[in-house]
Amino acid sequence: MREAKAILQKQMIDTRKNRAVLIQFILFPLITIVMSNAVNIQDMPEHFYLKLFSVMYLAMAPISSMSAIISEEKEKGTLRALMMSNVSPVSYLLGVGIYDLAACMLGATLMSRICGMNGEEWRYYLALMAIGFLISIFLGAAIGVLAKNQMAATSLQVPAMCILSFLPMIGQFNDTVAKVAKYFYTEQFYQLLNNGIHGKMSTESMVILACNAIIVLGVFILAYKKRGLNRE
Amino acid sequence: MIEVTNLSKSFGTKKVLDGISMTVRDGEIFGLLGPSGAGKTTLIRVLTGQLKFESGEASVMGADVRKLSGEDKKQFGIMMDDLGLYERLTAYQNLKVFTDIYGVSVDAIGKVLAEVKLDQDAKKEVSKFSKGMKERLRLARALVTHPKVLFLDEPTSGLDPQTAKEIHEIIRNRKEAGCIIFLTTHNMTEAEKLCDHLVLLNEGKIVESGSPRELCLRYDHQKRIEITTTDGEKEQLPFAGGAVERIEQVLKEGRLLTIHSQEPNLETVFMELTGRKLEA
Repeated sequence: MREAKAILQKQMIDTRKNRAVLIQFILFPLITIVMSNAVNIQDMPEHFYLKLFSVMYLAMAPISSMSAIISEEKEKGTLRALMMSNVSPVSYLLGVGIYDLAACMLGATLMSRICGMNGEEWRYYLALMAIGFLISIFLGAAIGVLAKNQMAATSLQVPAMCILSFLPMIGQFNDTVAKVAKYFYTEQFYQLLNNGIHGKMSTESMVILACNAIIVLGVFILAYKKRGLNRE
Repeated sequence: MIEVTNLSKSFGTKKVLDGISMTVRDGEIFGLLGPSGAGKTTLIRVLTGQLKFESGEASVMGADVRKLSGEDKKQFGIMMDDLGLYERLTAYQNLKVFTDIYGVSVDAIGKVLAEVKLDQDAKKEVSKFSKGMKERLRLARALVTHPKVLFLDEPTSGLDPQTAKEIHEIIRNRKEAGCIIFLTTHNMTEAEKLCDHLVLLNEGKIVESGSPRELCLRYDHQKRIEITTTDGEKEQLPFAGGAVERIEQVLKEGRLLTIHSQEPNLETVFMELTGRKLEA
């Protein structure tokens, strides 16, 4: 646990100076706050922009930040230094993962509060976001583990993020895309956010979410078994 | 103590370490001298548990390197070029990551930064450091946890002579403090200056071992003395060939400027044994 805490603290200091990662945590909360306050169309559903951008946030920020952090550490040899200092892969991933989740949750908390969400609905929103972030964090970690360097990580993370974040949005305007999009966890989270706390969660949604979580976890385990964190 | 017996390691079909056997005693500076690609770094990786090997035995401080525990690794300080630094963090923050991991007091950071003469730059971002400063910080990271065994892979490679001299001084101080120093180098001057015991490694095999002086004397086949006279003339005199008489004569004439024995240096010894240059 001491090792994970040290990694977490290191990451807190490092990200403050790492604009590429920092922007991932700030960008969508900022866009959401600006759009929610600047654009107000008549009959627009409540928290429209918050829900739309939240899904993009949970698909992009954890995947890109997690994979960027791990792949950079691999490329620069700092991960090797940590492993040689007896930091276990679990401690390392725990430290970075907790940091990533905390940073994303902070962004989600800020954007939802500033957009006026509160009470039971707010807690429901945060719970959904936390689950979504966790799935994305595992996907980001899998990409980081698979990629040998930052460039390789980017080439993997960009298509994953585009599919996961844009499909729910495009699906609103195109039925064919919507039929495909529903099999991704981001679309399911979008629907759950739109239905709100009193909406009923269908069995199909539950199955799709569970399958997505299992597949992402499986990809992470396979990636880890294939590459490890610091294998020669 | 570090003990290695008949250790072999291959990458694919290429054997990079072939039947290595050696013993490193406590409080000794042990040097592994060889050209690039000789297997020096691989041996450090094996001894620090980073690489598995096919056959043989290796132990550090009594612990089998195949089964190093967290407590065993705590005794090691490792300085290798590919163990990176956090460039966006300061020197102090870099070391704090590792004192936090090991549970070492932060007081050690200031002391070790002073030891490597980076105390004035403790709050400076590492990205702004020169190569020499980064090497000193790597050394500081290896030292900050008070290791009993120091593994140093080419610790002064590419550094200016002043920085190299400072690093040598730190290494000697740690030896005085009872630390085992295991260093690799392809720099014969460094090996001669620093090491108590040397192993010459070529293409994964030990070709010779001993103290630097022993090695040079062992391969002194020529056994010659070189004298320089006051008029700049140099003469090579074989031990058994009237050297005493000639030196006596030059001395009597008051023309003797310098007199040196002509034993080979480590580079020459290595060349004789392998046909290769050390710096290659």
